[in-house]
Amino acid sequence: MTAEAVLDLSHPPSKPFRETLARLLGHRSFVIGGFLVLIVLIIALTADLIAPFDPLRNAARVRLRAPDSVYWFGTDHFGRDILSRVIHGARISLIIGGATVLMTGLFGTLIGAVAGFFRPLDNPIMRLMDALMAFPAILLALTVAAVLGASVVNVIIALSIATAPHTARIVRASVLVIRELEFVEAARALGASEARILLRHVLVNALGPLIVRLTYVFAIAILAEAALSFIGVGPPPPAPSFGNIIANGRDFMVVAPWITIFPGLAIIVTVLGLNLLGDALRDVLDPRMKV
Amino acid sequence: MPAPLLRVDGLEVALASTGATIIEEVSLSLEPGETLGVVGESGSGKSVLALTVMGLLPRALARTRGNIQLGGDELTTLSPDAWRDRRGRDMAMIFQEPMTALNPVMRVGHQVEEVLMNRRGMSAGDARRRATALFERVEIPEPARRLAAFPHELSGGMRQRVMITIALAAEPRLLIADEPTTALDVTIQAQILDLLRDLQKERGLALLLITHDLGVIAEITDRVLVLYAGRVAEVAPARLIFDAPAHPYTRALLASRPALTGPRDRLVSIEGAVPSVGAMPPGCRFAPRCSFAIGPCMTAPPALIACAERHAAACVRVGELG
Amino acid sequence: MRAAAPLVEASGLAKTFAGRGGVLGFGAGPSVRAVDGVDIAIDKGETLGLVGESGCGKSTTGRLLLRLIEPSAGVIRFRGEELSGLSKAELRRFRRHMQIIFQDPYGSLNPRMTVGDMIAEALVIHGEGDRGDRVRVVADMLDLVRLPRAAAQRYPHEFSGGQRQRVGIARALTLRPEFVVCDEAVSALDVSVQAQIINLLQDLQRELGLTYLFISHNLAVVRHISNRVSVMYLGRIVETAPTDELFRKPEHPYTRALLSAVPVDRPGTASRRTRLKGDLPGAASRIVGCRFATRCPHVQDRCRQSDPAPTQLPGGHEVACHRVADGTLPATESIV
Repeated sequence: MTAEAVLDLSHPPSKPFRETLARLLGHRSFVIGGFLVLIVLIIALTADLIAPFDPLRNAARVRLRAPDSVYWFGTDHFGRDILSRVIHGARISLIIGGATVLMTGLFGTLIGAVAGFFRPLDNPIMRLMDALMAFPAILLALTVAAVLGASVVNVIIALSIATAPHTARIVRASVLVIRELEFVEAARALGASEARILLRHVLVNALGPLIVRLTYVFAIAILAEAALSFIGVGPPPPAPSFGNIIANGRDFMVVAPWITIFPGLAIIVTVLGLNLLGDALRDVLDPRMKV
Repeated sequence: MPAPLLRVDGLEVALASTGATIIEEVSLSLEPGETLGVVGESGSGKSVLALTVMGLLPRALARTRGNIQLGGDELTTLSPDAWRDRRGRDMAMIFQEPMTALNPVMRVGHQVEEVLMNRRGMSAGDARRRATALFERVEIPEPARRLAAFPHELSGGMRQRVMITIALAAEPRLLIADEPTTALDVTIQAQILDLLRDLQKERGLALLLITHDLGVIAEITDRVLVLYAGRVAEVAPARLIFDAPAHPYTRALLASRPALTGPRDRLVSIEGAVPSVGAMPPGCRFAPRCSFAIGPCMTAPPALIACAERHAAACVRVGELG
Repeated sequence: MRAAAPLVEASGLAKTFAGRGGVLGFGAGPSVRAVDGVDIAIDKGETLGLVGESGCGKSTTGRLLLRLIEPSAGVIRFRGEELSGLSKAELRRFRRHMQIIFQDPYGSLNPRMTVGDMIAEALVIHGEGDRGDRVRVVADMLDLVRLPRAAAQRYPHEFSGGQRQRVGIARALTLRPEFVVCDEAVSALDVSVQAQIINLLQDLQRELGLTYLFISHNLAVVRHISNRVSVMYLGRIVETAPTDELFRKPEHPYTRALLSAVPVDRPGTASRRTRLKGDLPGAASRIVGCRFATRCPHVQDRCRQSDPAPTQLPGGHEVACHRVADGTLPATESIV
């Protein structure tokens, strides 16, 4: 029923990367999500240039000022400019999200690949992952913070531990399917080493679902950072992150709601952008996994 | 000659998105008690033809032209509900992979009884007795025990027998079988083909058999329709298709099969591949691969030309190739 | 009957797959005896056909001969050298001599590699040649399987099923192996394309002096391409004979049933033939006696009690059947 392709040399050779990119750019969620994330990213990168004030500058004179033409987002109880703090907060929030993605991507892939590819290790590893997944992520992060203390690095460690098991499971699921495909057996028949087979043949074909998952991990990390800050084990003050700005404004929610509203909006925009991006990536990358 | 039970006229089905045609100008007729084989390779549109007749086209495809008549009634003007009703009562279909067509969490007996109760208004007790009798008829050993089985507990051959039972439970007049034995081993295939042949004879069923396998065609069909790239290449009584094929494609197809008897000469192969949907040649669709192609073959698709009684081929050179 | 030692030889080959299951995936379910005592010998330059229905163990046998699956028992020799004794590293080097062509033209090619990279991979793995050499070899291999050289820059999804199968053949032949297992290599293809690939495989055999083990469920295809044919049933070879002999004068009741089940070549030649009743029994349990006893129309008590040993008949014909051995089996019902 499905008509098959026939090699047509009059067409230029297929460029998978470019074709995937073209399909992504034709996807509305990707364009909107990408635009939102890009804006946040640019703000974070150029924070020093675009922030109107020093985010740490205390100014008793302008404490709890409502948004006006000078302080667009208002000020907090130390007189710090919320706009500048949100702009700089984007930096720390993105660092936490990005670093968590890197760590989770690295360890989740490693663990999932080993469990899926080397059968005897599958059960011990995955049962351990199941045990980790049984812990609520917040509880896990609290424990890490309690043991190691509250710092940006420890938040990243805690979030990586919390998100890696699910990522490992996704990678393992792909690996389990791909390792049974005939091209893997063909490589083995040619004399390829197990490492070569895993890297060149199995993992490259497992990238799609992994990338999709990591996009969501990014969003999860940013939300979790806010939650951790709110209960006091997030990145420590005074350096601003989306989460700890909100946490700071907690006591002034009624008299100065702008302290919590603006970083809250920043979180919404960032997470919405990332989720749209993830949805688009899933639409475009995952169908290819039907190999 | 009895009136045809099924009549398909000038059927055209296209991709809803691009309008590229999957099948074009397909016409056929099928009498009660007759078996018509539709043979074609992948991309020939044979499964799409079956689904169109059943009114089961997926959303991505649309019938753009042509009529389908069952027992004199036009089906294409029916509402989806009315078509569904005809599907349950007058026509039924069996598929290549019965595992996907059966409900995996329902006992197979129940699936048969459901059809009997819904379509024939039987009481639960009557349906059970009838289902047992039907299982016996399709030669399922220990029918009473098998009625309580789930699909995964049965072998592929047994599942196909269950599918046939369900298809026949409503006593349809037309049975469409899409590659019914392709997933089965050859000894099981032989059993199922025997069963289909017997059931068809005893019930006077009209059987539309879709297959890629010329051996299955030779075993069981009375007449054959050869499809190539969505168009009818040839239609003839089965014996003539094998003994006096008129279309160059039919000839090449027959010559390219290895045989179980006779000399083992080098196979005749058809070079190239079936053109893809949306990139059909303007003329005869087989012309680019045809060793007899001449100028006129390249310009317009040839019409079916009668070459004997009930035998026609869509080839401008039918007369001269002999 | 044979002059030289066979190129590939196996005796007592067996493979038991452990079942999966148990609490939390620990422990094992019932095991499956996929291959259960297969003796096989393939001469240089010949094609041995291996036929049987699904689950008979023919594909497992092919993979065992290549040690792509580790045998549970048995000895495999290639040019007299024992394969079972090779270490993992030695085995990897040895793989250049024996290759496999797969059934599925879609699953057998890595969708993320170009055809050129796929064909060249064998050279990279075995550290042969520099970049320039590899480009030349890829071009040669594409010529060999009658694909345009420009195909090297393309990805698999741009090719038709038949063209992909040619790529799979090129990949398998890059290292110039002597022995190739064709595992249902033409079964997924349309008839017209199937003929192209069969012809190509035969041409390549002649040009390169290849030895094939041709595994297929399609008896006509096996008859067409093989010099000798072995018939497998439930993990055992029940009959082996030169091709024409086997199809003209099948001895084993299973072979006869198999041949009579094949659809006829043209309409009208079908007479109602004896049909096998029932399905293949599961391979899970150990079977006492002849494996075919449960479905055999000529079964006797002894068939259920003792396992028939292969009997040598004239003309290199070998049959594992008690009643063939003592000549009490009713005469062949010829299919011709």
